[in-house]
Amino acid sequence: MEPLRTLQGLVCPLNRTNVDTDQIIPKQFLKRIERSGFGQFLFYNWRFDDDGNPNPDFPLNQPQYKGASILVAGENFGCGSSREHAPWAIQDFGFKVIIAPSYADIFKNNTVKNGILAIQASDEQVQTIMKKAETEGYSLTINLEEQKVYDNEGFQFQFDIAPYPKEMLLNGWDEIGVTLTYEDKIEQYELTHK
Amino acid sequence: MHNPKNIIQKIWEQHVVHQEEGKPDLLYIDLHLVHEVTSPQAFEGLRLNGRKVRRPELTFATMDHNIPTRQRQVINDPISKKQVDTLQQNCEEFGITLADIHHPDNGIVHVIGPELGLTQPGKTIVCGDSHTSTHGAFGALAFGIGTSEVEHVLATQTLWQAPPKTMNVKVNGKLGTGVTAKDLILAIIGKFGVRFGTGYVIEYTGEAIRGFSMEERMTVCNMSIEGGARAGLISPDETTVEYLRGRKHVPQGEAFEEAAAHWKALATDEGATYDTVVEIDAAEVEPQVTWGTNPGMCIPVTANVPSPDETDKPSEKDEIVRALEYMGLQAGQPISDVKIDHVFIGSCTNSRLSDLRKAAEIIRGKKVNPSVTAIVVPGSFSVKLSAEKEGLDQVFKDAGFEWRDAGCSMCLGMNDDIIPSGERCASTSNRNFEGRQGKGARTHLVSPEMAAAAAIAGHFVDVRKFTAQEVG
Ligand code: SF4
Repeated sequence: MEPLRTLQGLVCPLNRTNVDTDQIIPKQFLKRIERSGFGQFLFYNWRFDDDGNPNPDFPLNQPQYKGASILVAGENFGCGSSREHAPWAIQDFGFKVIIAPSYADIFKNNTVKNGILAIQASDEQVQTIMKKAETEGYSLTINLEEQKVYDNEGFQFQFDIAPYPKEMLLNGWDEIGVTLTYEDKIEQYELTHK
Repeated sequence: MHNPKNIIQKIWEQHVVHQEEGKPDLLYIDLHLVHEVTSPQAFEGLRLNGRKVRRPELTFATMDHNIPTRQRQVINDPISKKQVDTLQQNCEEFGITLADIHHPDNGIVHVIGPELGLTQPGKTIVCGDSHTSTHGAFGALAFGIGTSEVEHVLATQTLWQAPPKTMNVKVNGKLGTGVTAKDLILAIIGKFGVRFGTGYVIEYTGEAIRGFSMEERMTVCNMSIEGGARAGLISPDETTVEYLRGRKHVPQGEAFEEAAAHWKALATDEGATYDTVVEIDAAEVEPQVTWGTNPGMCIPVTANVPSPDETDKPSEKDEIVRALEYMGLQAGQPISDVKIDHVFIGSCTNSRLSDLRKAAEIIRGKKVNPSVTAIVVPGSFSVKLSAEKEGLDQVFKDAGFEWRDAGCSMCLGMNDDIIPSGERCASTSNRNFEGRQGKGARTHLVSPEMAAAAAIAGHFVDVRKFTAQEVG
């Protein structure tokens, strides 16, 4: 996993609440046995019409958001199914950071495992960013070490993140590798809990 | 009692392998259920890093999401077939027991775990599937995980987990006649919203819950995730013990009595507290129908479709407008007027024997409305056989239902059971998200009884009045 320390990137707004993982990546694309290549199917049913033509109203299809690496969305982002194909698709499409007022628990866990930073911001901060992102070329800078988000117009805020996911993201750790250094403790537990 | 604890705290404490400052707890996992969709990348990760499965005997696999329900032996879609074959190969390579497509134990992962007695009180249970919360009905701490976590559990039999907040959802009183466990959980999500459980593990308590069978408890716990909670559970009691007695994977004889005593001791202590308590009055719950595109968008069958004017919050207004448009409904229209094209009785929420029995009672001697296509998909091979022994298949077939083989089927349409765009389905499953049952498909979540009644009437009807009324 690639470490994530600071990032400056274009912001793409998705002004919808309760975006579920069935929308992020519809079921017909869950049949692949690889981890890669899901970006082309991201938000498929919203991005494309029944004939497979891009829907020009959907932000991800608009030229001004091409190359965006920060996705901003409404409350309860990533609810529903546990499919990790959702963060895989988001990442493969080019997003590295998500900003929303709240996330579903499983989805949030899945982002950390894939080196995606899911920032929890207030409703107000999210709405401010949504508005600003209507202007072409609006970008934000994220500093994970300092837990700070800012733009070059003086807008900024601090965000909370638990120490463990922060460390994971900053270092790009292979979590299994880390856990295996606790193997003696696991063995001990197994011996005493037959 | 000295320092009373709730069941969530008890199970957690019994499974902590390691604790240290600045880290979540390292939690031991007792049972890992695996299916074909969320596991291939995890096994691939193990292979790439030269890692083994730490406890193959605590791991159990089934194939359910892709399985055809007409002719289960023939998977026409080559990508589906590859996913199923990959699971077979991975299980062979890593020494994991698999209930494959031909195996009598095969079925939906959350139906077979309890059926086989793999699911037991006090266990920590995970699966790469959000409806793992179903197993909480037994007083297990059961939750869904992503594929990276699947790989982590395969390699280490543990997970790093921050201790959850705990919530007591207290259901006071008893449900009225014709009102089911499905209506209760929909009403709970409708009342408290689709994110009330985020960050929590829920314990369901109260008179109505105590009176429920294990199958009804599973229906409730199954949909915990639709309220945002990763896990929902119910303290074990005599009902739990009697369900498990004699099942394939539980201890037998003397050892079972010992296990049963241990299980019952896990129940929440008198006087234990929770971070949050919410209450609902069971007697107020009516048969529910979802009208929108998430499970919280539900109303009693006697009510009208809501209007965006009922809220002042712009984001909620937008959501209602979008949902009405997607669902092809008018604000203010009585939900019971809404005509349906399809009925699906199945899924890990409502495909167990008791669900099929109750649906069969409603339709016995009647005919499916000519404008409706109706299918029944039993949750497992074993449910199917038991139902056939009782002649339920004949009741369904006589009424004009299709009687299918077991699998997830139309709950998410990864096989070829898909609702065409713009068509409307009364479904006993758990998600009415846009496109869930097919692109453009309109899903209304209901109980098996309500689905059965709608199949006959051709539109939603109040099942409490249904038997009295002449319909065609
Ligand atoms: S029946 Fe539906 S919800 Fe249950 S495991 Fe299968 S796809 Fe998931």
